[in-house]
Amino acid sequence: MKNLLSASELSRDDIVRILDTANEMSGVNDREIKKLPTLRGKTVVNLFFEDSTRTRISFEVAAKRLSADVINFAAKGSSVSKGESLKDTAQTLEAMGADAVVIRHYASGAAHTLAHSGWINGAIVNAGDGTHEHPTQALLDAYTLRESVHGHAALGKGLDGLRVAIVGDIAHSRVARSNLTMLQALGAEVHLIAPATLLPGALASRASSFSYSLDESIACHHFDAIMMLRVQSERMSASFFPSEREYSKIWGLNAERLSRLGENTRVMHPGPMNRGLEIDATSADSKNSLVLRQVANGVSVRMAVLYELMAGGAQ
Amino acid sequence: MNDFTLISATLPNGSVANIVVSNGFIAHIGAEVRGEQIDAQGLVALPGFVDLHTHLREPGFEQSETILTGTRAAALGGYTAVHAMANTHPVADTAGVVEQVKTLGDEAGYVQVQPIGAVTVGLEGKQLAELGAMAQSKAQVRVFSDDGKCVSDPVLMRRALAYVKSFGGVIAQHAQEPRLTENSQMHEGAVSSELGLAGWPAVAEESIIARDVLLAEAVGSRIHICHLSTAGSVEIVRWAKQRGINVTAEVTPHHLLLTDELARGYDPVFKVNPPLRTAADVMALREALVDGTIDIVATDHAPHPTESKDCEWAAAAFGMLGLETAASIAQDVLIESGASNWQRFADVMSTVPASISGIEGQGQPLEVGSAANIALIDPSAKRTIQDGGASKSDNQPYRGMTLPGAVIHTIFRGVFTVRDSKLSR
Repeated sequence: MKNLLSASELSRDDIVRILDTANEMSGVNDREIKKLPTLRGKTVVNLFFEDSTRTRISFEVAAKRLSADVINFAAKGSSVSKGESLKDTAQTLEAMGADAVVIRHYASGAAHTLAHSGWINGAIVNAGDGTHEHPTQALLDAYTLRESVHGHAALGKGLDGLRVAIVGDIAHSRVARSNLTMLQALGAEVHLIAPATLLPGALASRASSFSYSLDESIACHHFDAIMMLRVQSERMSASFFPSEREYSKIWGLNAERLSRLGENTRVMHPGPMNRGLEIDATSADSKNSLVLRQVANGVSVRMAVLYELMAGGAQ
Repeated sequence: MNDFTLISATLPNGSVANIVVSNGFIAHIGAEVRGEQIDAQGLVALPGFVDLHTHLREPGFEQSETILTGTRAAALGGYTAVHAMANTHPVADTAGVVEQVKTLGDEAGYVQVQPIGAVTVGLEGKQLAELGAMAQSKAQVRVFSDDGKCVSDPVLMRRALAYVKSFGGVIAQHAQEPRLTENSQMHEGAVSSELGLAGWPAVAEESIIARDVLLAEAVGSRIHICHLSTAGSVEIVRWAKQRGINVTAEVTPHHLLLTDELARGYDPVFKVNPPLRTAADVMALREALVDGTIDIVATDHAPHPTESKDCEWAAAAFGMLGLETAASIAQDVLIESGASNWQRFADVMSTVPASISGIEGQGQPLEVGSAANIALIDPSAKRTIQDGGASKSDNQPYRGMTLPGAVIHTIFRGVFTVRDSKLSR
């Protein structure tokens, strides 16, 4: 594998292999000296055109634990804000000898363009492109779910037969797109739940079911996991829904709805959470919540991705 | 001006004859031979093509195209007249600018350049431009358009439709409801959902066309719809024509051939406005061109410099080249498909666009006394498109595709602008 651009280009075997590698990496993260020499002498550039402290730090920690040199290139306050194009930036990084570029960009397809433009030779990792995809988030969600379901016997396994609900702003969510594809590739059922304004037909038709009502879905299905998506307030100003209060009332996860979910239904959220909007504190902090596991597993999964893309070619 | 004879050319009606050109006019069609003999056996002779929708970019955007480079591309495409869109800088919203464009076209000498005037000052959609002054200028403007932007204000549109009746003008509407298409990147549908690119819904085009045909009916004016792109738009225009509304419609070559599936590689060469639609839309547009619901093919030739396309999709400009490939795509739709004939081809590429515009000396049938504006094409040729051709820009969406037919000669006012598929000077 040269690049990681989208979930759709990964086969089930690819995904399972990366998750198994992440499993090994997680062992490193539990050691006193959390470092492997694997990528010594290699340079990873975190090229972030959009604020995302969490994802950027996760990639930075992952690269450093593999002994790579890490350069953080944030678009704000850099030459990009002076009108430098993606192409110029990429060629500059190429000239500096970047072995991998982790790119977060507000434009859908930016990672794809970077990888196929011929501007740069290093490996490209998509760390979120516009409203398109966020494949490492889907990998860490799959990892977290697999770990929770199979525990120590997780190696080599997929998510066969699991029933997962994704709830919220499907239309604008790169997390939802990547998860829909990846969870299905691993054998899980995916059910989409959202207001009709935020649920495009083409995505709904790929799901096992879709619904405009969270309550009806909870009544009809036993979910093994429910993923709540972050709702951005600019969606409200664009009339996708009338108010935060109404959204929360109809599509938010709260203590009462949590009680109607199964005892083992896992609660997930890609973060950062809007507590009180799409998820309340009781649900976020409940024993069912995997939110902190998601964050912790992000580092292991990203180590596995960097290893897959960068160490493979060297051997 | 030397006399010459095109020997054994095939006319649009299928008959074969010699065409004698003398002093810029067709002097004889039949068996006679006069002056230099040019073998036209196997070539189809058609009235020189007339493009109602060309972006020549001058003045203001000469890094993309100039009137000289754009009209050279037009001649290579078989055109003898193009209508230069108004979204230049400064905008063609005054008599001074349209006269300048006409003058530069005359100086270039490859085709007749007929300026289109803006409907509103600066294309801003707020205040009518001086339509009468442009009509009375040396450029004799009759077609007005804010193309690139929609005249979305219904009152302004109503006034414009009525006002141009004073001098036989027509409004060419770029149908795009602006609020429904804020930040739009591509056709709204299954592909846009997957790619995460903001959608440009079909209803944003159809709702404006529906409104405007009703306005044209109410005002008793005629209206021309630019670059129809959806099956729903075809239905509305068909309904309006049955109702007797004076509406004409154009389709671009790219909307007759390419679909939104091409956006999957995020290559901005396929980013265009209105966007490439679905295969079902393409089928409806092709049928509508055959059955006459759509009146003409117009290129929307929209050159852009490399830096506007060599970037991420969202940052790229809208538009693609079209002048040198339009005839091939019209041939694909009308002839290769077996659905129509060369007479219809002559209508959609020349006669009807000339009559919508009222441009003089263009779109005349190939008969004695007509101006010698002639395109000769070899319908049996196959061309694999390599580059942007004579355009100053390189945003060529058909690169690598093999298209039927080739323009062999273009004759403008009795003079070869293109001979043996090469510019003659």
